[in-house]
This record gives sequence, structure tokens and C-alpha cells, in this order.
Amino acid sequence: MSINNFLIAVIAVIVSPLLGGLLTGIDRKITARMQNRQGPPILQPFYDFFKLIGKQDIAVNQTQMVYVLGHLLFAIGALVMLVLQQDLLMIMFILAFSGISLIMGASSIRSPYSKIGAQREIMSMMAYEPVLLLMVVGVYKATGSFMISGIFEHEKPLLYSLPLVFLSFLFILTIKLRKSPFDFATSHHGHQELIKGLTIEFSGTQLALIELTDWIDLVLFMGLISLFFAQPIWVGILIALVCYFIEILIDNISARMTWQWMVKTTWVAGIGVALVNIVWMYLIP
Amino acid sequence: MGIISKSRKKSPWIMHYDCTSCNGCDIETLACLTPMYDAERLGIVNVGNPKHADILLVTGSANKRNSQVLKNIYNQMPDPKCVVAIGACACTGGIFRECYNVLGGIENVIPVDVYVPGCCAKPEAIIDGIVQAIGKLDEKAELMKNESK
Repeated sequence: MSINNFLIAVIAVIVSPLLGGLLTGIDRKITARMQNRQGPPILQPFYDFFKLIGKQDIAVNQTQMVYVLGHLLFAIGALVMLVLQQDLLMIMFILAFSGISLIMGASSIRSPYSKIGAQREIMSMMAYEPVLLLMVVGVYKATGSFMISGIFEHEKPLLYSLPLVFLSFLFILTIKLRKSPFDFATSHHGHQELIKGLTIEFSGTQLALIELTDWIDLVLFMGLISLFFAQPIWVGILIALVCYFIEILIDNISARMTWQWMVKTTWVAGIGVALVNIVWMYLIP
Repeated sequence: MGIISKSRKKSPWIMHYDCTSCNGCDIETLACLTPMYDAERLGIVNVGNPKHADILLVTGSANKRNSQVLKNIYNQMPDPKCVVAIGACACTGGIFRECYNVLGGIENVIPVDVYVPGCCAKPEAIIDGIVQAIGKLDEKAELMKNESK
């Protein structure tokens, strides 16, 4: 752990929320243009964030803030591990901790909307976690290491050996970013199903921190996409942006599905496709 | 405090509650969010949750039943918050003023900051009312700071 690594980590922690907020703002602008509206300014997510910081703090119970901080800090931990090119498997576990913190926070409150939102979030975690783990298995099989630095040392982009895993990763990205067919736990759009579901009982600073975590998650997942195209990394970043645009498009052209449909399709199609890729790698080395 | 005060003006989230409105004003309120008027260009988002809201839009007159609900919603909103009464009924009770169960305008139940007259109020007038309420949010924030001291 040299001073250089420390600096990289600090820069990542500062820059990634800015980047994530900007991407979210562009998302809102593009969404508005797709709906033939003017749309908010690109910096709108930052305005929302600072406004929420200035609101009165109303906590329903004393533990709520701890879970929100857990949600944020685990996400930051995963991000730091990503930029320092650490263990990919460990990043997935830490990300799961981050997700679970929010679920615990939502279910610690006796509000039916919050509870139902938490249960639906558990369902979506059940759907996307196996695919993330299969992705890590695929990366191990391709590069012989769980370390992200191993991916960069690998001579070919990962996509050549893991095309189907990448497809199913894109599929679960919609769940993780809470985009339209799968935004039943909570939604980025106002006044939706379950009102705000998972985040209904969080207000003021707590909601601001949850938004911040969403931005960090967004950058993290863009980073994971670019790993598939790593070497050179700018191709990866470009592809990640294209994938994000596709997600926005899907968000706008599709209606919300039920969680049963999501679990079924992710487990059959998502896991199935990823498994086919991995089995194929074992059969044809 | 500069950046927070600036952001407050740029991101008012609204919550819409229908007291005994005839639905005329409700339709006009929701019309503000359509692509024609697009209130989101001013950062206005219609949230369905009082805990996230800054501005409460109320349509229709208060009666003995819904005054409890209205108070409840108002109390759940975190400070700084504003209330906009939309339409003749919310401002004064309108044509229902003389009914035996009607308490009159919503000012009899919760403090109102901006009155938007009209039967029904035009979307332009409603957006104007919201913008006036945004101007009052800063005063409210000052009040909130003084109270906490």
C-alpha cells in the first residue's frame, strides 16, 4: 500500500460521485428529450443533493442512519478496490453488503411501503447476485486470477472469451441501476409504484446519501463494463457509455414488469446464458 | 450556506393532495408535468411522499374528514416547506363554502403561503404559484434555523 495507491483511492472517491451525478443528470436530460420535454439542467442531481442536505432531519428510528452510512461506505470500499485493481470476488461481496445495508435500513421501519420495497429489493438481489458471481468465475477461468490487475495483464480483451457472460451482465445492469422493466423496489422517477418503495422513509440527508451511493454504484458498474474491453481502457469507457445509453433507451421504451417475471427470466436466461459460456470455456480450452 | 440556498431554488419537489376537489384543479396541476408545460425544466418533480416534498399543493376545500389527513401530511413534511392553495375552493371554500360539512379554505387547517385563484386554476398560474413558493423557501429556512437555536 504505497502513497501512490492512497492518492489514487482519494481521487477516485472524490471524482466518482461528480462523474456519477453528471451521468445521472445527462440521463435525466436524455430521458426528457426522449419524452419530447425540455428536461432539467444537467446539474440537476447536484441541486437535488444539496437541497436534501439543507432539509430538516427526520429520522424514524435511531438505527436508520447507520444503515444508510453502511450502504454508502461499503459502496465506497468496493469502488476503492476497483480502482486499486484488487480482488474482483471480494468487490462483489462488498457490493452485496452495501445492498443489504439499504434493505436492512428499509425493513427496520414499520411502514408497509418500505417493507414491500425491501422485500422486492431482496428479490432483485437474488436475481442479480448469481450472475455477478458467474461473471467472476468466468473472469477467473479466462485470466487465471481473481485480481483485476490480472485482467489488465491478459493479452486479449475479456469479451473474446466471455461474450455471453457480458450479455447477461448487461441484463442485470438494468436491475442494479433500477431501470424501467425492473424498477419495482424503488424508482428514480417521482410518484411511481409503491410511491418510493425502498427509500420512502428516508428524508433529508439520509436520502442525499442514498443518492450519492447510487452515483458511486453507477460509476462502479461502468467500470466493471469497461473491464470487459480493457486494453486499451478508453475503448472500455466508450463502450460503457454506449451501454448506459442503451439502458436509458430500455428505461424509456419498456413498462414495469412483476418481480416474479424478473426472477424467472434472470435465472433462466441470465444464469443460463452465463453458464453456457463458462461450460463452453471448460469444453473448448 | 450559499450552495444549499441556491439548490433549494432549483429543486422544489412537490406533493399534491386533493381535498374535496371536483378534479378540475387536479387535472390542471398534473397538466403542469406534461411535455406541454414540463415543470421538470425548473427542477419540479411530483413526488408522492410527504417526507421527500418541499411544496405541498392542495386543491379543494377542507372538511371535517380530510382536515385530519391534511394536517398529518403537512406535519410529515420536513422543514423548510411551503403550502400552495390551488383554485377557488382551496383558497376560500369556493362554491362549497356554505355546505354544512365544509370548514372553508385550507387556511383554516394549515398555514398557506401562496394562493392561486381560479376555477379551475390555469397551469401557467399554478407554475407561477409554485415559483412564488420557491421564493419563500429561503425565509422558511431562516425561521427553521432560528427555531433550532
